[in-house]
Amino acid sequence: METAGHTAAPLAATAAPESPLRAILQRVLHVVIPLATLVVVLLIWQWYVTAYKVPRYILPGPMEVIRAFIADHQMLFSALWVTLSITFSALALALGGGVLVAVAFAQSPWLERIFYPYAVVLQVTPIVAIAPLLIIYAPSTHAVLLMCAFLVAFFPILSNMTQGLKSTDHNLLNLFDIYNATAWQRLRYVKLPGALPYFATGLRIGGGLALIGSVVAEFTAGSAGTESGLAFRILEAGRRLNVPRLFAALLLITATGVTIFFLTSFISHLLLRRWHESALTREN
Amino acid sequence: MLQRYSASQDMAADPSDPTGAGRSDRPIVAMRDVGKVFANGTIALSGMSLDVRPGEFVSLLGPSGCGKSTALRLVAGLGGASVGQIEWPTSSYTHAGEPEREISFVFQEPTLMPWATVFRNVWLPLRLKGVSRRAATERVMDALGMVGLDKFAEHYPRELSGGMKMRVSIARALVTRPKVMLMDEPFAALDEITRQKLNDDILRLWGDQGWTVIFVTHSVFEAVYLSSRIVVMAARPGRVIADLPNTLAYPRSGDVRTTADFAAASREVSDVLHQSMDVDAHR
Repeated sequence: METAGHTAAPLAATAAPESPLRAILQRVLHVVIPLATLVVVLLIWQWYVTAYKVPRYILPGPMEVIRAFIADHQMLFSALWVTLSITFSALALALGGGVLVAVAFAQSPWLERIFYPYAVVLQVTPIVAIAPLLIIYAPSTHAVLLMCAFLVAFFPILSNMTQGLKSTDHNLLNLFDIYNATAWQRLRYVKLPGALPYFATGLRIGGGLALIGSVVAEFTAGSAGTESGLAFRILEAGRRLNVPRLFAALLLITATGVTIFFLTSFISHLLLRRWHESALTREN
Repeated sequence: MLQRYSASQDMAADPSDPTGAGRSDRPIVAMRDVGKVFANGTIALSGMSLDVRPGEFVSLLGPSGCGKSTALRLVAGLGGASVGQIEWPTSSYTHAGEPEREISFVFQEPTLMPWATVFRNVWLPLRLKGVSRRAATERVMDALGMVGLDKFAEHYPRELSGGMKMRVSIARALVTRPKVMLMDEPFAALDEITRQKLNDDILRLWGDQGWTVIFVTHSVFEAVYLSSRIVVMAARPGRVIADLPNTLAYPRSGDVRTTADFAAASREVSDVLHQSMDVDAHR
């Protein structure tokens, strides 16, 4: 009994939950450390540019970039809007199309055998190479940009979703057979929910690729007159040696990419948080 | 304890009468010379005949590869037999000529949908028949109550232990009030203590629900503890080598396991099983 008492005490001490103050401090540090690093980098950058008198058409300091950002904010934000609308329309089309085609493949192996090779061919061909063709055929530059962004985002969603619909637990499918379930019930109650983790992966990859697709497409196909996206503004600023604006536009694209990343990660977390291993914290 | 007779003789002759009282009615399911050959040429099952009567608890016992699971899956209608027929003499037939089998199947794994709560998992068979959540609630909660999990309806499978998941699987099987319960080594992956508890649950439910059970197992003791009749099978090719009635009286509880009768019955079944494996070894 004596020994039991002795061993129990330290066990209880280690098992006690961390003090709330410490937990809060740890969370604050998680945010503060990267932010502090950023500030230090910006300070060094500003100091370097000022001390060595680097001309602003080669490397503008952070202050110059902020000034350009404020001065050109109207142009930059309308460009951002164009890029955003192309990216998100393309992603929405790719999600809808990818899921529908994957479902069609899952319901009919013949369809898959016929069309999957073409999906792969489309995927492995760099879109930069297709863009000139699309310019000839498409009704407007806007449509070209949309199609390019769609084509890059579509495939990862299709292939992940196809894989997901095939990965259903075989015994669950047997169970559905025993209860004489219809093809629709099978799809609705097991195949689609079981494919959610794969859909989430497709969504995260597709979201990032849709942005890359819309930027690369605009580099190649140019902008449609008044409807200039961020990529066109970057090219334009580069040609005019307006490097501060170039940096500002670049910053906006990066911010967009980061936002898409967090948004798609958040959606996938919402879809899987209740049950999937990837969304759970390990309990031990 | 056990009278031994050859399965092949028995089928043609008077039906067996394992418990000795009122079980001589028409079989609920009958396998007639059923054989199954897999696509790779393996003969999984050869010339298997088996009559299962209403209310029987039949165990299919044998080493791995003897076709016991294959036989059970054929009875469940999963994949067709290569030769022979499986008849449901007491069932009505649909227009398409399919028997209206009131069966449920319990797999070796719990086979739950991880994205659905316990309630939704048990609701599934009713949902597939078009029963709404509201209309199903009472039956689902009843089924969960019968396996002692009514307090876990809103939990997700990952939050349950292996034994509890298996109970959910059993609740899902019994919620449709089946006549025939098909169980494919349902407790093989569980620890001994949990397994004994679930064995008692199954015996209780079998009594209460009026099921006919076909139970696949590789455990002699499980077969002797549970069944009213033990069908011993051998491998290469999968076939029936003995059909043994088990006369140990019901209701059985854990104490039965320590009686001399239980030991004698287990020994007899073991002997039959080992003879069959010796024959295999000398081939």
